[in-house]
Amino acid sequence: MSTTVWIILAGAVMTYLTRIGGHMVLSRFERIHPRVEAGLNAVPAAVLTTLVAPVAVSAGPAEAIALLVAGLVSLRAGMMPMFLTGAAVLIALRQVIG
Amino acid sequence: MSAEAIQDEARRPSAFWRGARLGLPVVVAAGPFGLLFGALAVENGFSVFEAVLMSATIYGGASQMVGIELFGQKVAPWLIVLSIFAVNFRHVLYSGAVGRRIGHWPLARQAFAFFFLVDPQYAESETKGERGEEITFAWYMGMALPIYVCWVAETWLGAMFGNMIPNPQALGLDFLLPIYFLGLVMGFRNRPLWLPIVIASAAASILAYKTIGSPWHVSVGAVTGILLAAAMPGRANGGKRP
Repeated sequence: MSTTVWIILAGAVMTYLTRIGGHMVLSRFERIHPRVEAGLNAVPAAVLTTLVAPVAVSAGPAEAIALLVAGLVSLRAGMMPMFLTGAAVLIALRQVIG
Repeated sequence: MSAEAIQDEARRPSAFWRGARLGLPVVVAAGPFGLLFGALAVENGFSVFEAVLMSATIYGGASQMVGIELFGQKVAPWLIVLSIFAVNFRHVLYSGAVGRRIGHWPLARQAFAFFFLVDPQYAESETKGERGEEITFAWYMGMALPIYVCWVAETWLGAMFGNMIPNPQALGLDFLLPIYFLGLVMGFRNRPLWLPIVIASAAASILAYKTIGSPWHVSVGAVTGILLAAAMPGRANGGKRP
């Protein structure tokens, strides 16, 4: 099997562990420690931010403006309008600035 | 549940279809992202089979997008797996919460059901549970199966389509993922401590990216944000339990 398939299968096992593990592990505790809970709550935003911030500061003007506009739209609208606006701005600016 | 209540239950649309109705908006909302994932996976070096395999076995949109992004950056395999794990780690909390409501099911059914515990599945299960209604296996799978089947099918369609795009750069395909990730980050903005976490993770990841380089910016940035949140639990508790 290719490395890609191994990555996918390992990712699948780890993901399944998160989905079944909470029930198996957390259900043994009466209460989760507040620090642990606060840390767990922070995980998605913290991980996903690292996939945006470095790209944003090293991207060209078209990409940076697209991100900025998409970010502003997301303050008022849902995921789909935000995403489509960002994509539209990106495609349009790339035609202009290249 | 009394005999009368069971009869009542039988007269309404079956539990499976009531679940399926709740899944419908999720199918519609996730549709474009299933297609997008398929197309981007191919663009980042996956085969059509690998793209479909990933949707069928991992079944977690954000983590799959993270996976293909890092794969495209030629990041070490174990770090890709770790990042998928990190993005999906929130499911531990969902699992703990939903587990209290379905813990009386036969074990095989529980094990099967937990595979489908994605964000909307968790949200609807909690809502139903908080109303004091019982979560049945039929209702749960009624919601889960259409979402799952459509997600896998859309991935396949998107991957086939992605194979046919001659110039992905002009369509902006290579930069759609950061926009998508920004949308996810913004979606969490009502959580306690969101802004400090995002600022800390952003600063640390940019610094790591410029100094030690990719892929370490992911783990360094993430750990910084998580530690900051763990250091300020008092304020984090202002929010309600997930």
